[in-house]
Amino acid sequence: MSDIASLRELARQLRLDVLDITAGPGGHVSSAFSAVEILTAMYFGGVMRYKPEEPNWPERDRFLLSKGHAAPLYYPVLARAGYVPLEKIKSFRQRGSGLHGHPIQGSFPGVESSSGSLGQGLSIGLGHVLAGRLSGLSYRVNVLLGDGECEEGQIWEAAMAAAHWKADNLLAVVDHNKYQQTGPIAREMSLAPFAEKWRAFGWEVAECDGHDIADILAKVQAMQQVTGKPQVIIAHTVKGKGVSFIEKDFSFHGRSLSPEQDAQAREEIRCQ
Amino acid sequence: MPIGARAGLKPADQLRNYAGQGMLEAAQLNPKVVVLDGDLGNSTGAHEVKKAFPDRFFNIGIAEANMVGIGAGLASCGYIPILTSLGSFLWYNAYDQARLSVALAGLNVKFLGSHSGFSTGREGPSSMGTEDIVLASALAPMTVLVPCDPVSMRKLVVAACAHVGPVYIRSSREPLPHVYAEDVQFEIGRANVVRQGTDVTLIGCGLMVPVALDAAAILAEEGIQARVLDMHTVKPLDVAAIMAAARETGAIVTGEEQVRTGGVGSNIARVVAETYPVPMRVLAIPDVFPDTASPAEIMQDCGLTAEDMAGAARELVAVKCAA
Repeated sequence: MSDIASLRELARQLRLDVLDITAGPGGHVSSAFSAVEILTAMYFGGVMRYKPEEPNWPERDRFLLSKGHAAPLYYPVLARAGYVPLEKIKSFRQRGSGLHGHPIQGSFPGVESSSGSLGQGLSIGLGHVLAGRLSGLSYRVNVLLGDGECEEGQIWEAAMAAAHWKADNLLAVVDHNKYQQTGPIAREMSLAPFAEKWRAFGWEVAECDGHDIADILAKVQAMQQVTGKPQVIIAHTVKGKGVSFIEKDFSFHGRSLSPEQDAQAREEIRCQ
Repeated sequence: MPIGARAGLKPADQLRNYAGQGMLEAAQLNPKVVVLDGDLGNSTGAHEVKKAFPDRFFNIGIAEANMVGIGAGLASCGYIPILTSLGSFLWYNAYDQARLSVALAGLNVKFLGSHSGFSTGREGPSSMGTEDIVLASALAPMTVLVPCDPVSMRKLVVAACAHVGPVYIRSSREPLPHVYAEDVQFEIGRANVVRQGTDVTLIGCGLMVPVALDAAAILAEEGIQARVLDMHTVKPLDVAAIMAAARETGAIVTGEEQVRTGGVGSNIARVVAETYPVPMRVLAIPDVFPDTASPAEIMQDCGLTAEDMAGAARELVAVKCAA
């Protein structure tokens, strides 16, 4: 499945999946919604090699979810990619299910790293890069970061080291939805000038509309041609994308929807 | 009098040299072993691997959080990374990373922290590793090793790399006397009896093993025969050895270069309380940051000298006899 129309349909379905699995136990719906098209493009757009039937295939391209609060999106993506039956994700946040509120490596097939405390995924990805060099394997390593997450110092330690080692098989994608938990990033702790920071650290930078799957794929493919330095795509997104009343209210971060809100959200998504 | 002199131990050697030899030996034995350095490779012994296997050595720079994350990635791909820095920098700068990136999935990462305890004495309390054992031990899957002499340093680094799962190996800046001959055997989780005795047991780890042997020499002059255990694996503790000590000697003194709250002695006391309660004394760093001073002075300030340990043992023997 790689034509854009079917990918958009898949993205619509994934938003419904997020609502399905968070309806009881809760979860970060708005942070998941902003990343739907990014994960759709990465997993289903033909830009990563992976074998769901062999999750630890040594030559697989890696995808590390550093913003672990997008878990309610990540599990449906992994299920629809074929790692587990879709039925399995209904046990999100349930005891003994392995579907931790924030993904834990080794607990669910396809989860490459543990997350839930921000800032750690880029360093882990860099470890995969070094391992690939030692093993002589040519896989690529993709890491999804949140924008608020980029306030963590470890991100910039990893950014510095990745450029130092010319890690040109490393791609960071930032889900730049412009909000952290307590408000707009520009107001709470500005990242500006964001692209310039990455460039100053020695990275190749591209920006895209993070809800335009064709644009995301074009930028990923372009970045995969870059040599000699790591790459970052700043994907401009909308927190809560797809549901009007969540888009307008950042306080939905980590907050569950009421039954009425859930019904309205489904209606909006179905009509898209 | 230097540590170990009363007990007649062979003179001290630098642990970093033996840690370096251990890392080199592990790297020779297993091509998956790689070394990450927090820009202290000439202080920790890590440069031994850099010289022999430059492709398997990475200076991460002064960025411990990043180092732990990179180690997690390497371990996820089947490598066995040894992360090297001062024990204080590893555990205080990167605890969240050790917990989340490594421990939650039980990744096969080795943490080698040098200059631990108060061995950096004159550098001041900021870089002292006085809570590293507590922090490492608190992480569920972590094995924690505290070698007490040069030979055990080398052998336990090799053993740690052969063990599957995360391990913290603690080294020191201070040279330590030789407790062991070259042919000694180590098993992770099994304490070594380094002196037989039936009146009281002195349980030490690291520096406090030769101190305990000195204390045992003092006590022997008074007719008290102290057993000395090298609890080189402080997690998981050797419960059988602790129970045997309680049952057979009836009194236990522990010594460690660590804060007393949540430290090795308190963990041993839990085992004793739950299995075979006997009188105990826990010698450790009290709830005060040590002053800038020589390690010998700090040992005096903290009540961790051989005389202190002998005194605690003497009290317990009196308690035991009065009972």
